[in-house]
Amino acid sequence: MAESDATPTLPKKCGPYISSVTSHGMNLVIRGIVLFFIGVFLALILNLLQIQRNVTLFPPDVITSIFSSAWWVPPCCGTASAVIGLLYPCMDRHLGEPHKFKREWSSVMRCVAVFVGINHASAKVDFANNIQLSLTLAALSIGLWWTFDRSRSGFGLGVGIAFLATLVSQLLVYNGVYQYTSPDFLYVRSWLPCIFFAGGITMGNIGRQLAMYECKVIAEKSHED
Amino acid sequence: MTLTERLRERISRAFYNHGLLCASYPIPIILFTGLCILACCYPLLKLPLPGTGPVEYSTPVKDYSPPSPAAGLQRGDLGERPDWYVGAPVAYIQQIFVKATVSPWQKNFLAVDVFRSPLSRVFQLVEEIRNHALRDSSGVKSLEEVCLQVTDLLPGLKKLRNLLPEHGCLLLSPGNFWQNDRERFNADPDIIKTIHQHEPKTLQTSATLKDLLFGLPGKYSGVNLYNRKRVVSYTVTLGLRRYDSRFLSSLRSRLKLLHPSPNCTLREENIVHVHFKEEIGIAELIPLVTTYIILFAYIYFSTRKIDMVKSKWGLALAAVVTVLSSLLMSVGLCTLFGLTPTLNGGEIFPYLVVVIGLENVLVLTKSVVSTPVDLEVKLRIAQGLSNESWSIMKNMATELGIILIGYFTLVPAIQEFCLFAVVGLVSDFFLQMFFFTTVLSIDIRRMELADLNKRLPAEACMPPAKPVSRSQRYERQPAMRPATPHTITLQPSSFRNLRLPKRLCVIYFFARTRLAQRLIMAGTVIWIGILVYTDPAGLRTYLTSQVTEQSPLGEAVLPPMPVPGGVLPAGDPKIDLSVFPSDPIQLSENQTQQREQKLGLETNQHTWAQGTEGKGNGQTELGTEAEVTWGAEDEEIWRKLSFRHWPSLFGYYNITLAKRYISILPAIPVTLYLNPQEALEVRHPQEVNRYHPFLLPSRGKLDTEAQPGQTSSKLQGHQDVTLYKVAALGLASGIILVLLLFCLYRVFCPKNYGQNGLSHSRRKRGDLPCDDYGYSPPETEIVPLVLRGHLMDIECLASDGMLLVSCCLVGQIRVWDAQTGDCLTVIPKPRLRRDSSCIFDYQESWDHSPDGKNALDDPLETSHQLKRMLSPPQPPLFCDQPDLTSLIDTNFSEQAKVAESETRLRSVAGRQKETGYDFSSLVGKVYEEHGTSNCRSFASLSAPHGQAVFCGTEEGGCGSRRRSLGDESLMGFDKSSSLPSWGGDLESSVWSLELQGNLIVAGRSNGRLEVWDAIEGTLRSSNDEGQSGITALVFLNNRIVAARLNGSLDFFSLETHTSLNHLQFRGAPSRSSIPSSPVFSSGDVVSCQLTHTVSCAHQKPITALKAAAGRLVTGSQDHTLRVFRLEDSCCLFTLQGHSGAITAVYMDQTMVLASGGQDGAICLWDVLTGSKVSHMYAHRGDVTSLTCTASCIISSGLDDVISIWDRSSGIKLYSIQQELGCGASLGVISDNLLVTGGQGCVSFWDIGYGDLLQTVYLGKSNESQPARQILVLENAAIVCNFGSELSLVYVPSVLEKLD
Repeated sequence: MAESDATPTLPKKCGPYISSVTSHGMNLVIRGIVLFFIGVFLALILNLLQIQRNVTLFPPDVITSIFSSAWWVPPCCGTASAVIGLLYPCMDRHLGEPHKFKREWSSVMRCVAVFVGINHASAKVDFANNIQLSLTLAALSIGLWWTFDRSRSGFGLGVGIAFLATLVSQLLVYNGVYQYTSPDFLYVRSWLPCIFFAGGITMGNIGRQLAMYECKVIAEKSHED
Repeated sequence: MTLTERLRERISRAFYNHGLLCASYPIPIILFTGLCILACCYPLLKLPLPGTGPVEYSTPVKDYSPPSPAAGLQRGDLGERPDWYVGAPVAYIQQIFVKATVSPWQKNFLAVDVFRSPLSRVFQLVEEIRNHALRDSSGVKSLEEVCLQVTDLLPGLKKLRNLLPEHGCLLLSPGNFWQNDRERFNADPDIIKTIHQHEPKTLQTSATLKDLLFGLPGKYSGVNLYNRKRVVSYTVTLGLRRYDSRFLSSLRSRLKLLHPSPNCTLREENIVHVHFKEEIGIAELIPLVTTYIILFAYIYFSTRKIDMVKSKWGLALAAVVTVLSSLLMSVGLCTLFGLTPTLNGGEIFPYLVVVIGLENVLVLTKSVVSTPVDLEVKLRIAQGLSNESWSIMKNMATELGIILIGYFTLVPAIQEFCLFAVVGLVSDFFLQMFFFTTVLSIDIRRMELADLNKRLPAEACMPPAKPVSRSQRYERQPAMRPATPHTITLQPSSFRNLRLPKRLCVIYFFARTRLAQRLIMAGTVIWIGILVYTDPAGLRTYLTSQVTEQSPLGEAVLPPMPVPGGVLPAGDPKIDLSVFPSDPIQLSENQTQQREQKLGLETNQHTWAQGTEGKGNGQTELGTEAEVTWGAEDEEIWRKLSFRHWPSLFGYYNITLAKRYISILPAIPVTLYLNPQEALEVRHPQEVNRYHPFLLPSRGKLDTEAQPGQTSSKLQGHQDVTLYKVAALGLASGIILVLLLFCLYRVFCPKNYGQNGLSHSRRKRGDLPCDDYGYSPPETEIVPLVLRGHLMDIECLASDGMLLVSCCLVGQIRVWDAQTGDCLTVIPKPRLRRDSSCIFDYQESWDHSPDGKNALDDPLETSHQLKRMLSPPQPPLFCDQPDLTSLIDTNFSEQAKVAESETRLRSVAGRQKETGYDFSSLVGKVYEEHGTSNCRSFASLSAPHGQAVFCGTEEGGCGSRRRSLGDESLMGFDKSSSLPSWGGDLESSVWSLELQGNLIVAGRSNGRLEVWDAIEGTLRSSNDEGQSGITALVFLNNRIVAARLNGSLDFFSLETHTSLNHLQFRGAPSRSSIPSSPVFSSGDVVSCQLTHTVSCAHQKPITALKAAAGRLVTGSQDHTLRVFRLEDSCCLFTLQGHSGAITAVYMDQTMVLASGGQDGAICLWDVLTGSKVSHMYAHRGDVTSLTCTASCIISSGLDDVISIWDRSSGIKLYSIQQELGCGASLGVISDNLLVTGGQGCVSFWDIGYGDLLQTVYLGKSNESQPARQILVLENAAIVCNFGSELSLVYVPSVLEKLD
């Protein structure tokens, strides 16, 4: 775009705010920060759910803290969600198939609600056995993907994330950083991958929606030019 | 395939019919739906209200046995037995309710005596209870065996460690305050302080320590200094692990034996079981709140998409109502068919809403509003429904499928959820189809009605912000296209928002939505609500009492007194095996005796009673006898305790009562009477001193209410004070907040916000300029540079950025410096009466001097005068105007008036003149005297030119120059007589003016073309070949084109022998005059050659002339335009299209030509092809001026309206109503900044959006005058023509930023 060269010489054309929003790097950072905080928030909430049911055990002195979980959990989740949220639109762009399915905030909110619901179910509903629990959650997660995503790339990425995250938590538990009350899948709960999958889909959804804003702004800008 | 299609078609048709039905009978259908909802919700009435209050259930004491742990075993037997009444309770609570009084009361007793001795008896009582043991056949049972053994307190309760029992029986009594140590009690100087030391300082709903230990609410205890009844109540609370009826009855009978309560009517037949629901803590609330937040976000984002309807909010509400009532219906239906909801409704509710979703509703709305507007409402609804029928059905089927899958997970919770969801989905579908569709039809109908009535300003402001794809074509286009060009068209507000700076957007948003007011209102309401709720006399207490009365938890008499761990404790090693406890050491004689024998006890009582009577009769100094009464209010006094009493007590030991129950056994009444000796014995020495002043509480009885008042204030004082403090602080902060917001409001919002506000001082000048939205931007007032000097109204203006040339009706041409506003040169009318020239010259300088503000009166005045002297004298043609006279003083006794009213374009011949002009000789003399002296001094300078006759320097110079130019036709060059020259003078008024470089080209009414040097004021060249007045001029490079009144065009070329640009020597008039005089020989003479004449370019006078891009366009009164090539004067096109005379023409480098005519039409032409691009009917009356920017055409007309048109489409964007007389005053500063003139002001507009940016008032002096003409200079200055004055305005800097 030739206009981008002209922009610095014409500072009055757009204020610092607009230009900063339109600049790609800045936008990336903003999106990352937003995603990070969403991740932190969700991590706190969902952890609270798990801890209420004594699913997860952290060292007792940490539990007394107001957030009821170890300090490193929210930042980790935040970082992970920022990465995932940025990865999804990025991948969409590289694959050249922009995600068009249900691109609305209401749909995103619905997705988040379902995700929280899945967590809620995993924490609060009494299942007969772990297999049942895991299968149910897996079905719910797939349903989440089908309802809100339906893209192959999203599915693949979700599975990858679930695998990686499960691996990481296995390692963490193995090294004694924390533990689950009744592990049934090596060191962790068997429903953990499902939750990670659903989380990946959700954060990806949010990330794509945020990225749409960037596209919009850029489109508008080029349109104006 | 065909099946699917057929199905589709069927569904579609069904929906269509349904839509017709709904739209036809909206009211009956809505009523029907409402009835359905109510009917389905009816079963909900049977459901218990959700809440966490405890539930109670009583069973008779007789034959009581703990329920079996097997759930449901006995359920069939006792229908009313609650589900939770299964298994053993957490604990049995046995309270021993003690009422004690000192009797008879002696008048010299202190206030503390009321409770000190009664309290002291608690130690003895506790000891008795603790040591009680039941000895029977099976062995010996002690309290230790049946009581609830408690362990450590929670770590956070270290300060209660000494007060609550640990590692032993749960036995609570007021004695725990003193670790159950009588010695401590006796040594305690201030009992009240000890009791209250652990009272919380803040408002609190949960049980306090005092309540716990006393086992009854504080106000019933009677432990205070103003106890008028002098009865002290407390309980000893005992927690039992097992229910051992024999042990308990032995304890009961023994205590009754020891401390009989003869008049006690307490019923003892029922055990009350209290079940506690799960407590919701903050930690559990957070996820719940989060889900609700997400739910609201979802609803918000969904309903936001509702668009293009009459009432967004109404429809959004309808959508939410649809979903909520479908959920209610679902629960109601499920209940009806026997399913009892077991899930926590509050928790699953958000998920249910999300699962059911608002999507269908939105899809319906979208589909309906995107149908063609011109259809009937019924048809629109039907079409919209049938369009979306397939997708709705498909989604519905999918969701049902998913939920059914969920049903087969066989997890009860999920199954229940799914069941609700399925029923909810179906009922939601029903409601969508009947309720929402009908509401939508009503809404659409309202909108259509509004459309019909054309009373839809609100509608017009609500363009499709987010146009729905299909709808755009039809929807609001008709409304947006103005029916007549004269209506003021609103811009789509979205456009407008684009332009506004962010800051303004926010502020406008606040202003528009009245957000601040609403927030404050809502805040106030909430705050009042909180106040009412928390008010001690208010709602909360009431609610609490209601709750506690209904539920078993009630605030009971028995504060569970933890058995003081340390003192009573555990491991009381000696277990008394006898049924009777070991005799308490502390017992007074009487009581010991009583204890030993029932009979003795009775006797004693008798004697007591006798004694009482006796005292009542005889011994007045002993005061009245007190009698302890047991009434209905003492019945189950634990109900009066806070319902958190038991949970918090057990919570201290980390025992949760959630979802469990405790059984409260009937209290054992104990009555204690203490005689005065006892009271005196236990009295603490310090108390005597301290309480001496208030001695007798019995007096308080007689006294006024003051003391009770104090009592309550002492007890509840801290609570009240806290509350009032909070209230006061809240009020204060509220007020401050309001003030702050108000200030912010004042700062941010425009002064005349809403237009109805204070009438502004500027209003009197006429309507405040405002844009289409009624928004008047802030005004500013600046003092412009006023260019004064012209005697008459200014007619022509020209500028090249550096210089500004103006010509007034008199014919006087003035050259101004466009930067500083200095008058550089005055070119007078060339024809003058010789004898009066000097005089008038001086008149003019006089003229200036009283005019203090004039820019000419600066220090340079001298030089100006000098210049004036050297330049050709001023044409005093119209110096006899009335206004001139007033300025000049009354030197002229006679004046000639010339009224010149018509514009030159309209009628040339119409000028009227009065020639009765005669200067009185007297005046002449005065001026002569004055003048000659001045002239002489300059005459010496010009003497070498040898032309001086009378004031001859200038005259001669002028004359010789003219002659040299071959101006034979000069008629007015009459040296002897002034009167004959008038005719000639009039003819030669300047009709057109052009400026380029420092050359001024002036076209005169007599057809003469003159080229003047703008700096020196000298005539450089002239051409008299044409006889017809020059109506328009174009001066482009070296080419001059003159359009004449007779319709001919003359092409001249300027040839210079030297450079056109020479230095100016403004400060050295003598020098400038020297080179200018030898006109004949000078090499830098500019010659103006007539190169070509198109003699009959038009049939009628040429009125408009523009040149650009190598083309020349002429507009004439003969309704045509002609396009010529500049180089060869060749006529390329004749453009016909107007039905009136052409009045305005604009052409720019893009070869687009715009023309306006007297018919009020504007035509756009392509000059390359000569074709008409568009034709717009623009104004009522003539189009007076036309100009274009890159995207717009701006036209003004005689109707005083400025219209802005889209250049490519020819659609009118909007129009600006101008003030009377300012119709044509407009100028384009940049591509998006327009300036218009008003009464003494100029306004700046954003062209793209039609927003008034700013209005600038130009000083006081111009208030009443309209700005007739506006000329925009290159350096962002504007020249406004206010009659005979010019104002030089620099564009305010604010605008530059906006730009």
